[in-house]
Amino acid sequence: MNHPMVQFRSVQKTYDGESLVVKDLNLDIARGEFLTLLGPSGSGKTTSLMMLAGFETATSGDILLDGRPITHIPPEKRDIGMVFQNYALFPHMTVAENVAFPLSVRGIRGAASSEKVARVLGMVGLNDYGSRRPAQLSGGQQQRVAVARALVFEPKLVLMDEPLSALDKQLREQLQYEIKRLHHELGLTIVYVTHDQSEALAMSDRIAVFYQGRVQQLADPVTLYERPANSFVAQFIGENNAIHGRVESIDGHRCRVRVDESLTVPARLVAPLAVSQPARLSIRPERVVVTPPDGSVDVSVPAQVLDVTYLGRYVRMRLSACGSEEFIVTLPNDGREFSPSCTAVQIGWRADDCLALDVL
Amino acid sequence: MSSDAPALIESTTIDPASGGGSLPPPGPSLNDDLRRRLRRTEWRGHLRAYLLIAPLLIFVLVSFVLPLSTLVYKSFHDPVVPTGLPLTYKALREWGGPRDEVPTEPVYAALANDMKAAKRDGRAAEIASRLNIEASGLRTTFMRAVRRIDSVESGPWKPYFAGVDPAWESPTTWATVRNLADTNHGLFFLSALDLRKSSQGDVVRQPAEQRIYVEVFIRTIGISALVALLCMAFGFAIAYLLAHAGDRTANLLMILVLLPFWTSLLVRTTAWIVLLQKEGVINSMLLGIGAISQPLPMMYNKFGVAVAMTHILLPFAILPMYSVMRQIPPSFVRAARSLGASPTTAFLRVYLPQCAPGVAAGVLLVFIIALGYYITPALVGGAGDQMISYFIADNLTRALNWGLASAMGVLVLAAVLLLYWAYDKLVGVTNMRLG
Ligand SMILES: Nc1ncnc2c1ncn2[C@@H]1O[C@H](COP(=O)(O)OP(=O)(O)OP(=O)(O)O)[C@@H](O)[C@H]1O
Ligand SMILES: [Mg+2]
Repeated sequence: MNHPMVQFRSVQKTYDGESLVVKDLNLDIARGEFLTLLGPSGSGKTTSLMMLAGFETATSGDILLDGRPITHIPPEKRDIGMVFQNYALFPHMTVAENVAFPLSVRGIRGAASSEKVARVLGMVGLNDYGSRRPAQLSGGQQQRVAVARALVFEPKLVLMDEPLSALDKQLREQLQYEIKRLHHELGLTIVYVTHDQSEALAMSDRIAVFYQGRVQQLADPVTLYERPANSFVAQFIGENNAIHGRVESIDGHRCRVRVDESLTVPARLVAPLAVSQPARLSIRPERVVVTPPDGSVDVSVPAQVLDVTYLGRYVRMRLSACGSEEFIVTLPNDGREFSPSCTAVQIGWRADDCLALDVL
Repeated sequence: MSSDAPALIESTTIDPASGGGSLPPPGPSLNDDLRRRLRRTEWRGHLRAYLLIAPLLIFVLVSFVLPLSTLVYKSFHDPVVPTGLPLTYKALREWGGPRDEVPTEPVYAALANDMKAAKRDGRAAEIASRLNIEASGLRTTFMRAVRRIDSVESGPWKPYFAGVDPAWESPTTWATVRNLADTNHGLFFLSALDLRKSSQGDVVRQPAEQRIYVEVFIRTIGISALVALLCMAFGFAIAYLLAHAGDRTANLLMILVLLPFWTSLLVRTTAWIVLLQKEGVINSMLLGIGAISQPLPMMYNKFGVAVAMTHILLPFAILPMYSVMRQIPPSFVRAARSLGASPTTAFLRVYLPQCAPGVAAGVLLVFIIALGYYITPALVGGAGDQMISYFIADNLTRALNWGLASAMGVLVLAAVLLLYWAYDKLVGVTNMRLG
């Protein structure tokens, strides 16, 4: 019981023998964990999931489930519940028959089966829909049926491949919450694939950011957002302002980066950079302060407001600062006046909020 | 959100049929005006659509609906004899004697008058041919009387008719004539089903040696069913291969499947003759390698017909199945497997049921086409393997019994429609995918 539920060990995968879709995947997934594979389209998320489910074989490396290699175990023997992106509900069966399918192939029939089906349909709030066909359900309801079907046989692991991507925003948020609730209540281990970063941040215990067949960073949502390991992660998760410069001095985890002749900026050193190497400074738009009170920031630079967009909960400003015309600042809409376009302002931030990263 | 959109449209559009949909009418005048405007724009749209397809509509009407209705009409409408001998039928009705008696003199007199008129109008031969279809020999009987009718001025006519042919004194002859009294009747359908009207006017079976069509119908259905089943079995395998092979292989296979469509039916049938005949390719090969010592009879029997027809009709089974299989995403079988189904179970319980509309469409299509098959059985089959179309053609061209041919055609059509109806009830026609 001390080994992880799933282990990817130096897994590689190629479809055509030329390019590696998954380059070197090392990943441990703990029991009861909600782990999300997040990454842009084509980064190998589905491929990794399919290898785990047994529909693709790894070109090299090992995948271990409960400490045992599963390369030669067919999908139906892996005891993994899977929710597909298009739900893959069987159109010729009713909702109840769909949910009973994994039970009936395991020889569970009759009262035992209908009891489990009723319970799991109740869990997803679809008690009264058992006799409908999938085509008679809305997208969100179909999604719930797919989840119910993947849970009814109490698999040790549940995989979900972009299960909510076909739904509208409101429904998506509601179902995110419901999946999270099921994860807690049933103590499930879930591997979840998405390319929606807010979904990943909202749901996951840990997130593995995929890019070009590699895990760029594996961390919990807070670390991922606050301490991205490299420029790709910083850019991919949330918005950020990039300032290019050159490392001037390094002092442990702190460094100074020269942006131009008149400006050097203190920053937190994240990437393994050396003195005089080019660096990319990353500052979140919501960490920038406009006309900061004295002493509240470590860096203060002049800027010009280019335009202002009113977004209700907050205000988004585009500025010209530090040689960039695309310097974005978001301010909470706290009822105070905000600087109109074409005014010169002073902006600032704390050194801790400025990360020195590698140049892409 | 997308699922809400149609409902929104529904509730704001005013539906002329349901009187304003679910919204309370905002006021009769406004509502009426809206409705009128909607109807006018709709009507304009419809008119434009109909005008656009008018040439096609006319073509379909002329080339399909017209012949088909003529066929149905001819199968029961048969006016030659009743309009040719109007006085005779009037006299027969007035006399009203039993069918096993010869009529009285006024009937003969009426017949003589009818014959004179028919001879004058040149319609005598036509009437004689029609009578001959009902009872062979009647043509001679009728024409003998016609030939000399002008030499006699007046009656009594009974001795005249008895003199030209003793058949005129037989109650059977008169019963046959009386059976044809109506311009619309079911006699052709009766003979298509090996039945006839007896001299007593009852429906009885044909004498055993004259019964052919029921057996032919059964044989037609049997051969068609066999071919449909073979096409289903082979077609399913090929369609599966097509749907699941790589793109290049699938393209190549598809060309092979479609190739037969680009060659004439006659060429394909003759190719099978070359292969199957006694000195044909297959027999020579088998003889050559010593597998057999006598040539196998593979032609002029049911085997040959089934093989050739299956090959020719196979694409009609493959294409609907293929199109359905293509639309089944691989995630279905994957989902089934991840839920614990073995490959076989996943195939049987998830894949196969989803192929059903395509399989049903393919089988139905092959069966329907096979029902009307003509050339292939005529060339490859023996005398005992001819199907209904052969006999329809025979009645049209040799026996010149168009009424019977039409009746047989109508029966085949009815069988097809019945099948279609049953299919609609079982699977639903909207589920049928043909390609
Ligand atoms: N069956 C396959 N055969 C060949 N190449 C494939 C196959 N499946 C995926 N690929 C390739 O592998 C790469 C990774 O695909 P994958 O489906 O894993 O991406 P993904 O991260 O799931 O992307 P998305 O977010 O778009 O679903 C892509 O470049 C894709 O073209
Ligand atoms: Mg994917």
